[in-house]
Amino acid sequence: MELTIKINNTPVQAEPGELLLDVLERQGIRIPTLCHMKGFFPSGACRMCVVENEQTGKLITACSHTVEQGMNIKSHSARVIEARKTIVELLLSNHPDDCLYCVRNGLCDLQDLAREHCITERRISGAKNRHHLDLSSASIVRDPAKCILCGRCVKVCSEVMEVSAIDFINRGSNTVIGPTFNKGLNTSSCINCGQCIMVCPTGALSEKNHFAEIRDALNDPTKTVVVQYAPAISVTLAEEFGMAPGTDINGLLNAALRKIGFDRIFDTTFAADLTIMEESAELIHRIKNHGHLPMITSCCPSWIKYAEEFACDFLPNISSCKSPQQMLGAVLKSYYAEISNTEPENLYVVAIMPCAAKKFEGQREEMTQRGISDIDAVLTTRELANFIRLFGIGMDKLEAETADSPHGVRSSAGKLFGASGGVMEAALRTAYFSVTNTELPQCKIEQVRGCTRRKEATITMGDLTIGVAVVNGLSNAKTLLDEIRNGRDDLHFIEVMACPGGCINGGGQPLHKNPEALKKRMEALYQIDETETIRVSHQNPEVLALYQNFLGTPLGNKSHELLHTSYCQRNVLL
Amino acid sequence: MTTDDELLAGFTDAEEDSLIPILQEIQGRNGYLSAEAIVKVGRCLKVPTSRIYGVATFYNQFRFEPRGKYHIQVCRGTACHVLGSATVLENLEKELKIKAGQTTRDGLFSIEVVACIGACGLAPVICVNTTFHAKVTLDSLKIIIDEYRDAT
Repeated sequence: MELTIKINNTPVQAEPGELLLDVLERQGIRIPTLCHMKGFFPSGACRMCVVENEQTGKLITACSHTVEQGMNIKSHSARVIEARKTIVELLLSNHPDDCLYCVRNGLCDLQDLAREHCITERRISGAKNRHHLDLSSASIVRDPAKCILCGRCVKVCSEVMEVSAIDFINRGSNTVIGPTFNKGLNTSSCINCGQCIMVCPTGALSEKNHFAEIRDALNDPTKTVVVQYAPAISVTLAEEFGMAPGTDINGLLNAALRKIGFDRIFDTTFAADLTIMEESAELIHRIKNHGHLPMITSCCPSWIKYAEEFACDFLPNISSCKSPQQMLGAVLKSYYAEISNTEPENLYVVAIMPCAAKKFEGQREEMTQRGISDIDAVLTTRELANFIRLFGIGMDKLEAETADSPHGVRSSAGKLFGASGGVMEAALRTAYFSVTNTELPQCKIEQVRGCTRRKEATITMGDLTIGVAVVNGLSNAKTLLDEIRNGRDDLHFIEVMACPGGCINGGGQPLHKNPEALKKRMEALYQIDETETIRVSHQNPEVLALYQNFLGTPLGNKSHELLHTSYCQRNVLL
Repeated sequence: MTTDDELLAGFTDAEEDSLIPILQEIQGRNGYLSAEAIVKVGRCLKVPTSRIYGVATFYNQFRFEPRGKYHIQVCRGTACHVLGSATVLENLEKELKIKAGQTTRDGLFSIEVVACIGACGLAPVICVNTTFHAKVTLDSLKIIIDEYRDAT
């Protein structure tokens, strides 16, 4: 049964139990919010979304109140606007006035609200927030002075990631958000996914910047600076330059990187193909030799850190393959250094990733050879966009270019790594070929595609039938792992990605407000896969050449030394 | 087996809602909540330590450092406030070079802020271990602290 309420004196139909905010939105009325996140339990903490209920004469929060028969809601009465303005003024009263020096200048919800509410002078002044900057994490910088305590980061960390590295500390005006004992993020259980950055309305959370190091390397004549970019970058970078979500600008990306001055441009998707060669071989090896099953993917560094902290019982199940970023790093600092006559210490490898955790992964001890890091610096998509702007490169004036040999050719299977389900599909295409010696019919596994939290399928490869599952968002991974702990045994292969939807929605991606963007980015990856000729990793000619010239065979000695690793329990404050 | 383990053994089937009673019991035994104790409680109740620390810092009653030999409670109730307890606290913190909730490095003094200790006639009042000191002034405060210092 529908209810009738009035919104600004106009009768409107609404479902019982519907939130006022949703009804107002449906009417095309935008209500400002700060603490609200769609799909999460409302907290009503910031009061930004107040509307006036004429029936009772009260100001109520639209995000947490449901519709009631006979309500007459005033969405923008003078009283409402004044109340919202006061809320913003109060939030600004103790906020550091350093917008010009803030990483989120121009991308800040608080700044937008202040502008919208015509706040041009300081009416309320309070003692400024003074807190130490937390620079302890390899991936994420915390500036609690800029925090407005909306709690979005706390919710994402606990409900999407099931990590709860941070929470509210103290009470009243002393409240801060921080890790246990208000210590640095580096000793917390933080998995560096960066989803907190994506939901933070201000500059309180940001990625650790590698700008200066890269600039210095580019200006150092003794260094050969090579760059690699992840599969998801080419379909998300466009949004930073005003193009529609899902526009693939791979060619322009190559051209822009060359203009910036990188000596060689390689595609991490090449290494994704390499990962698939190793990972599919490992899967078949484990199935045939009664190894630890289900095998779980290892490409996502947030998932790896989560497993090291919360799921040590599954460490033997995790594929020993390094992630594509690290595989390419290892190949560059060994094979490429050799063929290009460069000392590994003079080869500076930059990775452009959709991810904050890749910064952490790049500096892991396991990811070194003779004391030299395989990856020297990691840029997020957002940082890359800033780099392109800094170098004054007009993306609309560029001509498409290709990446460099010998690590620039890719299959479209590797490209799928950017979306949840992509690693699974790419690995199964190659595993199918290894087992049956024929290509997977239609080269497509529809069941593992899409943005849903969990996808499962049963795949038959010749006389072998395996169960596979794909999860994104670590809370969903935890549910699946709990099922396996409780005796579920029909699964052979699991793909885990920490970020909802996979890397196309990673913590280093453009800060977007467009809810359709994720879908468009995913569609773009599958569109690339539809149209290309090399659709399986085992047909990538450069990968095959690398095996022939250097690595030998998948799971061989050289591979074992360079492309595989192992993980152990990590002691942090859980 | 430490005392914390013994204590937690009594809460094997406890759920999240037992958190505050457990913390109170640990503080009752140890005088404070150590980092180790918080980690153990987290494991026992399957609650993240960040949430335990959040809950514990929400309430004034929990402290995270051992009490000093002389534990000073500063009353911040209404009568004491009217008669200047904010200044008393401020000066005490300056004198001992610690903040409320902390303990001096030599382990001699610790400060706790309490809401009202029911001695409004003596305001502003502080209580050192179990001894009340009435109508504290900035001069008398210094003398009180010096006396305890000299007593050791």
